[in-house]
Amino acid sequence: MTDKKPSQKNNKDKKSQTSILLRLGKYVFKYWPLFLAAIIFTLVSNHLALLGPSYSGDAIDAVAHPDGVQFDAVWSNVCKMLACYVISAILSYGLAVIMIHLSQKIVYTMRKQLFEKLNTLPVTYFDTNAAGDIVSRISYDIDTINSTLSHDMVQVMASIYTVVGSLIFMWNISKPMILVFVITVPASILFTRYRSKKVRPLFQARSRKLGELNGYAEEMLSGTRTIRAYGKEEVICERFNKKNTDTMDAYYEADYHGAALGPAVNFINNLSISLVTILGGILYMYSQSGAVAATSMFFITLGSVAKFVQYSRKFAGPINEFANILHEFQSAFSAAERVFKVLDEPSEPSDSEDAIELKNVKGRVDFEKVCFGYTENKQILHNVSVKAEEGKTIAIVGPTGAGKTTIINLLMRFYDINSGSIKLDGVDITGIKRYDLRKAYTMVLQDTWLFNGTIFDNIVYGKENATQDEVEAAAKAARIDKYIESLPDGYMTRLSDDGVNISKGQKQLITIARAILSDAPMLILDEATSNVDSRTEIKIQEALSELMKGRTCFIIAHRLSTIQNADTILVLQNGRVTEQGTHDELIEQRGFYSTLYNSQFS
Amino acid sequence: MKTLLRYLKPFRKRMGFGFLVKLTATLLELMLPYILSHILKNVVSSQNVSKILLWGGLMVVCAGCACLFNIIANRMAARVSRNFTEQIRKDLFRHTLSLSEAQTDKFSIPSLESRITTDTYHVHNFVSMMQRMGVRAPILLMGGIMITLIMDSFLALVMIAILPFIFVTVYFLSKNGRALYTKVQQSVDGMVRVVREDAQGIRVIKALSKNDYENRRYDKVNKQLSRDERKAGTIMGIINPVMTLLMNFGITAVVAMSASRVSNGTSDPETVIAFMQYFTLISMAMMSVSRIFVMYTKCAASANRIAEVLNTPSEIEVTEGETIPTDKHIEFKNVRFSYLGKKNQLNDLSFALNKGDSLGIIGATGSGKTTVIKLLLRFYDIKQGEILINGRNIKTIPKKELTDMFGIVLQNDFLYADTIEENIDFGRGLSIEQITEAAKIAQANDFIVSFPDGYGHRLSSKATNVSGGQKQRILLSRAVATRPEILILDDSSSALDYKTDANLRQALKDNLTDSTVITIAQRVSSIKHCDLIIVLDHGNVIGMGTHDELLDSCAEYKEISDSQMGGDFVD
Repeated sequence: MTDKKPSQKNNKDKKSQTSILLRLGKYVFKYWPLFLAAIIFTLVSNHLALLGPSYSGDAIDAVAHPDGVQFDAVWSNVCKMLACYVISAILSYGLAVIMIHLSQKIVYTMRKQLFEKLNTLPVTYFDTNAAGDIVSRISYDIDTINSTLSHDMVQVMASIYTVVGSLIFMWNISKPMILVFVITVPASILFTRYRSKKVRPLFQARSRKLGELNGYAEEMLSGTRTIRAYGKEEVICERFNKKNTDTMDAYYEADYHGAALGPAVNFINNLSISLVTILGGILYMYSQSGAVAATSMFFITLGSVAKFVQYSRKFAGPINEFANILHEFQSAFSAAERVFKVLDEPSEPSDSEDAIELKNVKGRVDFEKVCFGYTENKQILHNVSVKAEEGKTIAIVGPTGAGKTTIINLLMRFYDINSGSIKLDGVDITGIKRYDLRKAYTMVLQDTWLFNGTIFDNIVYGKENATQDEVEAAAKAARIDKYIESLPDGYMTRLSDDGVNISKGQKQLITIARAILSDAPMLILDEATSNVDSRTEIKIQEALSELMKGRTCFIIAHRLSTIQNADTILVLQNGRVTEQGTHDELIEQRGFYSTLYNSQFS
Repeated sequence: MKTLLRYLKPFRKRMGFGFLVKLTATLLELMLPYILSHILKNVVSSQNVSKILLWGGLMVVCAGCACLFNIIANRMAARVSRNFTEQIRKDLFRHTLSLSEAQTDKFSIPSLESRITTDTYHVHNFVSMMQRMGVRAPILLMGGIMITLIMDSFLALVMIAILPFIFVTVYFLSKNGRALYTKVQQSVDGMVRVVREDAQGIRVIKALSKNDYENRRYDKVNKQLSRDERKAGTIMGIINPVMTLLMNFGITAVVAMSASRVSNGTSDPETVIAFMQYFTLISMAMMSVSRIFVMYTKCAASANRIAEVLNTPSEIEVTEGETIPTDKHIEFKNVRFSYLGKKNQLNDLSFALNKGDSLGIIGATGSGKTTVIKLLLRFYDIKQGEILINGRNIKTIPKKELTDMFGIVLQNDFLYADTIEENIDFGRGLSIEQITEAAKIAQANDFIVSFPDGYGHRLSSKATNVSGGQKQRILLSRAVATRPEILILDDSSSALDYKTDANLRQALKDNLTDSTVITIAQRVSSIKHCDLIIVLDHGNVIGMGTHDELLDSCAEYKEISDSQMGGDFVD
């Protein structure tokens, strides 16, 4: 049974490889005129490069002519050589440029498709895939595809042409001398096998070890403070040294075997030249002495020997490179597979056909017996029922993992519920266009999300086409106007990782300004635990109450004042609403909430 | 570069020997075209097959020996680079850990990281390449030029005239290329940043329905990247065609010039064939030499960055000093401190603790709470004031003795990819009893034994496979495992629920009776039972006393206390 599996797997691999190849091919053929030009350029420039040695051989024959140097023939051949080489160089540069343009067009399209696809994916995708993984697909994987498209593809075409072409030329020059390759080609093949079987795994092990070592160094350096505090430098150094020695052993092992590669390639080259010289020398000797007739296939001139030497060099090069290129192709394939996998992910389902557009949202939300789980076998929310009247504030309180964030996810329909219903202004939200539903909310989350751009860009993000005045008004309402105006570039200050030093509290105020600018009738707020100085804290409080004015608010609450002032406090425990009511009501119930509240003052 | 040479010095004999082997190999290779032309010119005319075979056999032997010697030399070089890099990386890592906090801040952790990883990698590459190409290329170049000069100096000069062009093309384009690729890399970073931002902010983006805006934003960086890549590729694509062209120019020129020289008897066609071989060798060597120059600048930069760390002298020194008899355990006397000599991070802090006392420090981010313990641990030396432990100035306490006094949990402290047991032990060789005992105090034993592999449970890097509260409890176990004289807890129970936090405080009280405990917290409930509480604001003490005293005397303290009611109240 186990015998069969690998072959099946192989079959499947081949099948999927073919489909990946076809799919990649589609990208290439979209630009077929460029691709065609590339093929023509490759063939012509390689052909010209092959012609060069032929003319140089003729020139040498003309120089070595028994009747003295034939200047006319020498010159005409030299001119032909020059022409071939110059045109070939121009064409091969032209080819490089074409390939860069072609591959950049493809890569640009791929990146664009991938990114636009990402934006249509459901939030689940981002919850289950690390940002780093997404980034590595859009940068590293596409880059691998790019280098194969722009470099390896041409190289393969050129190599095949060169190998076949030089073989034909050599065949025409002297058939018996082809015998040389009976020795050198198997040598090349053996060498290639040695490289892919023995050396490549060693180099992979080497990279892996280095990766581990670097990972370890980074990990330990992130803990230097602790290491120093405990005085454990020696112990950590010992461990690092052990890993370092392992890594260097892997390096040595790879280099030890890899050390043979360069010399071996040279040896094969030199061997073929030696053999050409021996065989060519003997044939040339008999040809000169007249023992071989000029019409015989054994006849050879000095120039032909020279040609043969040059062609045999050209012939050997690509053969040595072939295994390498094959490997590149394989990694490009698996990169393409990863990219296509994202492109094939199901997007957020489109709105149902009778989905209505929302106008003049009032902001009344009803949860009725809502059950939900991210996965089928684990339910997170059980029978949750909540009513939010328009303009009221709902404070959600509960332990981590009780389902607070889940409620937010459901409100905006980032996920669909399993059973029960959620209604907005009395309409089931599954019957509302997602775009409109989400537009009805504005959000301020715990992790302040600002992007690399100006402060203006970041605020105006809440409402496209907002005027400068509107932005400034929002900033003012968020109590951040003074700070922004104090910056040298004001609203045009760029927020970047390494740019202006902007504090966490100020960042939060900017996101509040963004939310204020949006005229959405509902607000989702994830309060952060206060970790800022008291002046900023007061500002944030003020800005938030400004933001909450006239909006239906769902707040994951941390601040006592927010909780106390809420119209409804929702206590969530293990996915169930255990208590619901105003502060005073809940205190009177003497349940979980009152215990919690009193624990503050015990 | 000087430091690099110092590290290479022990290997000079081996390198010298390797150099000789490589030299022999290269010279043997240079013989081949010469023999080739000799066979065609002199041996063929002798009409003797066995002589051709003999000379041809010599070529094969030369080629074989060259291959063998090259392999031997390369392997020797690999050994040298291995030992060299191992040593330099080892010293670098050790030295990095021995830097003081101030020095670490100055270099910054990411920079130190890249010195240990990327820079040693570059230096290793350069050292191993120098031993191979660095020997072979110049010898091929010089030897080739010499032999051709002897064979036919006029034709040789024609060839040599081409060489500067090769050097200039490769050297300048490669150098230029680095700038271009740096630009490409920046564009890649820009592109990646947008993707990363999007992945992180997807909820906001969807909530505000900004997909189109994001697509446009991405398109801009995507286009920019394509443009930069195209530009770099278009310019760097020049190298190969021009190189090949120059080489072929040389060959063509030799053929053209040879015509008249053969005609007047100063040269012969066989020499031309040998020249074509030599020229290929020489121009390849020239290319390598130019590349080595480019690599040298890169390596020199890396070597300097490494040397910078290695040559930084150790800063923290232990001085002589007497012990002042006192019954106080820890004393801060008028301590002032600033990190960079600018704004004071701590202003005139004084307090004293008895053995077994507890101290709580509270205040907003940036108020200087953590600075207090950094000074106590002597991560930084203070310029003004004194810090005493048992009446001894901490500057007079040997490092090991000082660190052995403490058990510490720092803010965002570090757990690493290893077992829980090892993370608690932290290389101190504690017994399993000590470790379980510690875990019990830290309220960690229960969840640890609930793992199928218990204390042998492996944490991932940065302990992403356990919750925040579990992380903190493992760190606490580490801190209490040796029953330290002084226990420092910096924001170490923020992720614990109130009940666990209370149990923890009780367990500490019961088990570590003699330990002086310093707690830094955001949450009033974590410190309100302390014997002494200090309220910090921008480095200034704005309140000091017990919880009840502070509620009366310190408005800020009262405000913090009143506003807190956790949403994260359970782990």
